[in-house]
Amino acid sequence: MGETWEWLTSSEQWSGPDGIPARLLEHIWYSALGVFVAALIALPAGLLIGHTGRGSLSANTLSNFSRALPTLGLVILVFRIEPLSIWPVLVALVVIAIPPILLNTEVGIRAIDPTVRDAARGMGMTGWQALWRVEVPLAMPLILAGFRSATGQVIATATIAAFVGLGGLGRFIIDGYSVRDIGEISGGALVVAVLALVAEGGYALLQRSLGPKEGSRRRRVAGPAVHHEEVHA
Amino acid sequence: MNWGWLERNVDTVLEDLREHVEIALVALALGMLIAFPVGLIAYRWRATYAPILAVTQVLYTVPSLALFVLLINFTGLGQTPVIIGLTIYSLVILVRNLVEGLRNVPKEVIDAATAMGYRQTRRLFAVELPIALPTIVAGLRVAAVSNISLVSVGALIGTGGLGQLFIHGFQIDNPIEIWTGIVLTLLLALVFDLVIVAGGRLLTPWTRVVR
Amino acid sequence: MCRTARSAKIPGLITLKDVTKRYPDGTVAVGDLSLEIESREITVLLGSSGCGKTTTLRMINRLIEPTSGTIELDGRDLATVPVHELRRGIGYVIQQAGLFPHRTVSDNIATVPKLLGWNRKRQRARSLELIELVGLEQGMADRYPSQLSGGQQQRVGVARALAADPPVLLMDEPFGAVDPVRRGALQQEFKRLQRDLGKTVVFVTHDVDEAVLLGDRIAIMEQGGQVAQYGPPEALLAQPASEFVSSFIGGTRGIKLLSLRSAAEVPFAEVGPDGIGGWSLRAGDRLVWARDGVEIPAEPVGPSGTLRDLLDSAIASPSRAAVRVDDRGALLGAVPFDTLEEHLPAPQRAAAEA
Repeated sequence: MGETWEWLTSSEQWSGPDGIPARLLEHIWYSALGVFVAALIALPAGLLIGHTGRGSLSANTLSNFSRALPTLGLVILVFRIEPLSIWPVLVALVVIAIPPILLNTEVGIRAIDPTVRDAARGMGMTGWQALWRVEVPLAMPLILAGFRSATGQVIATATIAAFVGLGGLGRFIIDGYSVRDIGEISGGALVVAVLALVAEGGYALLQRSLGPKEGSRRRRVAGPAVHHEEVHA
Repeated sequence: MNWGWLERNVDTVLEDLREHVEIALVALALGMLIAFPVGLIAYRWRATYAPILAVTQVLYTVPSLALFVLLINFTGLGQTPVIIGLTIYSLVILVRNLVEGLRNVPKEVIDAATAMGYRQTRRLFAVELPIALPTIVAGLRVAAVSNISLVSVGALIGTGGLGQLFIHGFQIDNPIEIWTGIVLTLLLALVFDLVIVAGGRLLTPWTRVVR
Repeated sequence: MCRTARSAKIPGLITLKDVTKRYPDGTVAVGDLSLEIESREITVLLGSSGCGKTTTLRMINRLIEPTSGTIELDGRDLATVPVHELRRGIGYVIQQAGLFPHRTVSDNIATVPKLLGWNRKRQRARSLELIELVGLEQGMADRYPSQLSGGQQQRVGVARALAADPPVLLMDEPFGAVDPVRRGALQQEFKRLQRDLGKTVVFVTHDVDEAVLLGDRIAIMEQGGQVAQYGPPEALLAQPASEFVSSFIGGTRGIKLLSLRSAAEVPFAEVGPDGIGGWSLRAGDRLVWARDGVEIPAEPVGPSGTLRDLLDSAIASPSRAAVRVDDRGALLGAVPFDTLEEHLPAPQRAAAEA
């Protein structure tokens, strides 16, 4: 414990390319990138599938499979595709972030009370307008939950990916382990934990600010919605 | 592709497999052992449910590698930090499913049981828990599969299991080893899942009948 | 309460003395209720929702504890009986049956026997006995509740309540969730069952017709568990004690009185070839009144029918005569209208006899 404190408080950890701030920013950057790119793919797909009701994959199988997939193995595998670059690893991050966003968005849209959709159509909205003005706001809590879950998993996977050379906070753990520096390992772990908690907290606040008005209008969602606690990395 | 490697190293692979199963199972058992009383408390005293869930969710948020590392400070290296870490993660789903499963027992069934003279404890074990079983088993499935997947992260801090195949395969550039690890992990998850599903169905014959 | 309470041994007289149920927020569900529930009869607690009838019922088996007052069973204060023992000696039937989904029909029925420690063989035998008693097939014993219809589940619920042969049966709108078509059959069957078993039944309902059909005695309750009138159905129908009672019973008081009398009480006469009033009675694939080529279908009334059915049959017939058949539907004869009129109940007599 003492060594961790020492490590955390020593000034050299707070400057330079290997310092905590630099690694923290790297980590945030990779994670945000992964979630963002995944969202570019998964959000439209999820909205489309949910709205039209066509092309739904077996959501259960997908979530089971992504839960069973060992991220360390995945990260190592993709790294070997192009060992000199970090792009494959970033692709892996995107791949990991896609299922929660896709599933939650799809289910979120699909679970909207059909009478609400009818009412929107009856008011003269086109399918497109109905989607953006009515369905997305109603599905927002679930969509947000998908992002929340994706972010958590990406942060965790990015930590592990330090093993194959990715920067970020995982470096402290991997490098610290190889030289048996308990202060560095624990310090790094602590910072990652804090980052994850802050991200989680941010989403929680966001969801609460959206909160109560959405509750009454949706059918209870059962089944394949990937709650953020159901898949871990 | 170095297929011969597999033949020559069956023993190591099996040993890793055995250790992997051991860690995942012990963590699952420990998770159930803790989740059971905690869940019952949360069910019986409603006010405790929210804080209990909140605590488990906060712990769940910590990324696996980080949690294992932090636990090392308390438990030392080896299997223990991974087992405890996995146990902590599984609490989120096990406690929640236990409580929700119990809450979903129809009110009139509980009313009838009480009216027939069941005492609270006996009613819990004879009526409420069996009816909640499908939900509990669903939670077990998720916890088991997650455990299998997460054990391999422990390899990064030297814990045994199939994760060792990833690391070793990476270090000596042996793709067969890596693929073996991945395939075995997925297969193991599948087996655990099927066993739990089968066990669950065995215990709940009333869910299998055709109306 | 002994292990296998026999109804012959314990008469089953329930006495409520000044029973009150007051909730912490001040609402008085039941206020100073005093009522004597006769043993071996069906006593109906009749009222609209919220009047306290269910609360009263549930105080008998102490699912709800009275705030004050006593409830006695054959002189014994129920508050002094250990509550689990008490409940194992009282049958309880509710609207949604509350069957255990994870147990077979047979195991559901054997619930209280099992709690009382009967051995497996005895439990099974008793379950099968009761399955037959409530009109179900033996084959249902090993099915699960989800495989049964609502009516069948309700029968199992009754069987389950009767399993340990309790002297007292509490029923809370037990047939309310069954579709109206089947409800009548269930009610009739229950009435027959009670004739054989002789339990003390406390029956809660908001349905006046059900109360009149089943009740040996009816307590009409108003808000706060106040009893507006307590007596046999004839007394309530012939002499409603207050505006509340008569408006609750509704507009067809007189006709309801008719349904209390059996059609078998009224003599019929064979219909000659000339018929009645020019209308002859013809039996074909259905009974019809015929004259000059016009055919009016008849409303046949069997031996289980009531005076009300006879009146209905008479009004539906062009000759104003009710048609009587035997229990297989074969024509027995007709009841001319003046004969029917002679047998209409006189309210003053109905009230006095009650």
